[in-house]
Amino acid sequence: MLQQQQAECPVDTAHSGYAQLAADVLAMAKRAGATAADIVVADGDTFSVQVRVGAVDRLTKAREKRLGLRLFAGHRSATTSTSDFSRASLEHLVAETYALAKAVVEDPVSGLPDPSQMAPDRPDLDLHDETTLDAESQIDWAKRGEAAALTADPRITNSEGAEFDSSSGRVVLANSHGFIGEYRSSSFSLSVSPIATEPETGAMQRDAWYEVQRKFHKLSSAESIGREAARRTLRRLGARKTTTQRVPVVFDQETAGSLLSNLCSAVSGYGLYKRASFLLDQLGHTIASDLITVFDDGRMAGGLGSRPFDGEGLATRKNTIVERGVLKSYLLDTYSGKKLGLASTGNASRSVGESPSVGPTNFYLVPGTKSSEDIIGTVKSGLYVTELIGFGINMVTGDYSRGACGFWIENGELTYPVEEITIAGNLKQMFKDIELVGSDLVFRGRIASPTVKVAEMMVAGN
Amino acid sequence: MVPAQLTNFGITESEAQQALDRLAVRDVDYADLYFESRVSESVSMEEGIVKRAAKSISQGVGVRATAGEKTGFAYSDELTKKDLELAADTARYIANSPKADGTMPVPAQRRPTRDLYPVERAQAEVATAERVALLNEIDAAARRYDPRIKNVMASFNTEYKVVVVATSDGTLIGDVQPLSRLQVTCIAEEGGNRQVGSFGGGGRVAFSFYRNEHRYLDYAREAAREAILNLSAIDAPAGVMPVVLAGGWPGILLHEAIGHGLEADFNRKKTSAFSSLIGKRVASDVCTIVDDGTLPARRGSLNMDDEGTPTGCTTLIEKGILRGYITDKLNARLMGIPLTGNGRRENYQSVVLPRMTNTFMLAGESDPQDIIRSVKKGLYAVSFGGGQVDITNGKFVFSASEAYLIEDGRVTKPVKGATLIGNGPEILTKVSMVGHDLKLDNGIGTCGKDGQSVPVGVGLPTIKIDEITVGGTQS
Repeated sequence: MLQQQQAECPVDTAHSGYAQLAADVLAMAKRAGATAADIVVADGDTFSVQVRVGAVDRLTKAREKRLGLRLFAGHRSATTSTSDFSRASLEHLVAETYALAKAVVEDPVSGLPDPSQMAPDRPDLDLHDETTLDAESQIDWAKRGEAAALTADPRITNSEGAEFDSSSGRVVLANSHGFIGEYRSSSFSLSVSPIATEPETGAMQRDAWYEVQRKFHKLSSAESIGREAARRTLRRLGARKTTTQRVPVVFDQETAGSLLSNLCSAVSGYGLYKRASFLLDQLGHTIASDLITVFDDGRMAGGLGSRPFDGEGLATRKNTIVERGVLKSYLLDTYSGKKLGLASTGNASRSVGESPSVGPTNFYLVPGTKSSEDIIGTVKSGLYVTELIGFGINMVTGDYSRGACGFWIENGELTYPVEEITIAGNLKQMFKDIELVGSDLVFRGRIASPTVKVAEMMVAGN
Repeated sequence: MVPAQLTNFGITESEAQQALDRLAVRDVDYADLYFESRVSESVSMEEGIVKRAAKSISQGVGVRATAGEKTGFAYSDELTKKDLELAADTARYIANSPKADGTMPVPAQRRPTRDLYPVERAQAEVATAERVALLNEIDAAARRYDPRIKNVMASFNTEYKVVVVATSDGTLIGDVQPLSRLQVTCIAEEGGNRQVGSFGGGGRVAFSFYRNEHRYLDYAREAAREAILNLSAIDAPAGVMPVVLAGGWPGILLHEAIGHGLEADFNRKKTSAFSSLIGKRVASDVCTIVDDGTLPARRGSLNMDDEGTPTGCTTLIEKGILRGYITDKLNARLMGIPLTGNGRRENYQSVVLPRMTNTFMLAGESDPQDIIRSVKKGLYAVSFGGGQVDITNGKFVFSASEAYLIEDGRVTKPVKGATLIGNGPEILTKVSMVGHDLKLDNGIGTCGKDGQSVPVGVGLPTIKIDEITVGGTQS
């Protein structure tokens, strides 16, 4: 069974030797008395370079590997992990996991997915790039990015530095149904964090810009990333508080993305069956304005959230989460699905050493037709938010109150930067109050959104 | 407590010495090896059953060399001599020097002179069945508190960490660092109204800590009480108003508003809003604030920091005047300021940064009741979720999870959580009254910086802030 599955797999699983390791540990688990088990093995190499004000600040190099075991003794289960792959240590781990599983209470819902649900295919999603960069090239990238920011304007006076990271890794998942799958992925990223000083007052502001790509050649130039970081930092100089008032709020791509990640948490199966989500019992109901359509697509080529199978070995796919304002699907794995009487949506997320949870793949709001300028242009007096800080979100009630930075809009134009204010409302209402969706969708992470305008929120300042 | 613990890692002292020697090249002015072995366990309960148990074992070494402001860092989860050498060669790269040309001083063996958390392993790692029993009793206690409690989620996490630090400045020292935390979250429902309440505690303590004085039952009842209270909470006000913070966990204000801004790295780089303010007034004269890593059994306490320096008590603000920064070796050396024993790292895979331990304001002289009575219209905030700060412009936020209106000097209606926002170098100048009731938090804090999480503590007496912006929804 294991052999057969392996033959179908486009990646050379044998190459890593982890297929054999996984088979060995599954056999140990069976001998120990386990009725079922699954195993994740992950390894990776990372190399990170930080420069600051033109000089190397820190180099970090690492290679890691970890094995996670989830073991079932009937309807009892436990999860363990280790970085020690020696046979003796793994035998010990299996015995301990079995003992742990016997110590918890029986949960009739627990278990592996049905064998018929295991992913039949392993599409190549173009997630890996063979490029390896030496220290000099990475240092050069980071230095050029930072230099572009530092030379952009005399008011850029300092820097928290620039960082170039490259990483490459492999995930192997195997279970006692005979499933085995493997994929490799890589990422390359540059971030630049300049500091600007207001000449008159000496007040400082920082901001940053970054880009992450699975393929090295897809990165924009270091200079363009550095210049954008400088532009974002400079525009914050002279920020002040505004008065307390109820106004329309436009969220830029980054902050709209954070609203979308709030939505993503609210539709996650675990929050729902624990009755800890503000979207409880809303499946099939209108939860947002009819401009809102949200997809979660696990198989976008080269996507930062793409993977050929999920954390339980189910095929990933494109799910419609919200369609013209109506909640169409939750994000589910096998366990949370069963708790809600629904099938898994292929969103099991598995960090080595933890039992599966639910996570997005590429979760995004479908773009509209207006540019961000057009959207700002519709606001007579209001706020354009570019950064949110703090944790003032209550997922159970949807109550929302966060620190914000951005720009004051007067007569459709950005006027002055604002800071030390909060914006507050309730997420249930905020999604319904979205009156415009921008055309500017860009994937800069696994969750992405174009600019959106919320009809009205409370802004607290002076 | 003996560096003989090095044998736990299968490494001899001479192998550690050889790795340090490999780092002893021209321009490298400091190097260290950090060996860490960690066993983490967790059990969790929801819907009345303890359905999850997990255990994680990790072991590895972090190798670092610094040359001026430059740091070379590598880590490995393999602990062979060859891996150590490879890591050392990577760390050494920053000095641009191809091979070793010197010898570091031979480390003198030392052991910490005290033990702030003398917890035997067996007392920390009790049988899973005992933890399961504890969580079951918590579920029952929370549901008994009020029938409107519809779900109880509780988790008990322990970590047992053994570390050995070998440094080029002559330290070879080990520590055993137990840590645990019990957390309870309740969901209350009444009609269509659902609310959440949380409570927890812990520290570098034995399992018996939670049973003593029925602490675990207090946690359950407190979480239930907060959830039930929030069922009747009204919308929070918006705008600038006086705020009274209760003692204990609301000390998160100090952590965000000034603590991070006084970490030496930001000040060496002059990226902190506090960069040029040493000796200047940054708080009213009723405010004295310290960072103290030496409190027995506290979550933020350490016998030694992760560079082997004994922790201490550092005065950050004395009667309103900014006195000092918290430092690690790199920043203390580059800035020429005292080493305070605040060099911390999440694990062997992370670099050392200056971090807080237990940060709190010393008690003042006011009666807490007088403080509340002095407010005509404002907010009384008792518990908080998390907070965040922008070091550079000094703006910080922290979000209340339990708060009340103050009307004519009396605490009245509960209000929904609201975020408070202010400016770090300014906010403490608006503290007009400090209570005599200093309280430390229960041991739940985790601080994040540069993607690294470390356990910390905070503390505060009841204080009055004359004005701060409250981010509610009601004008």
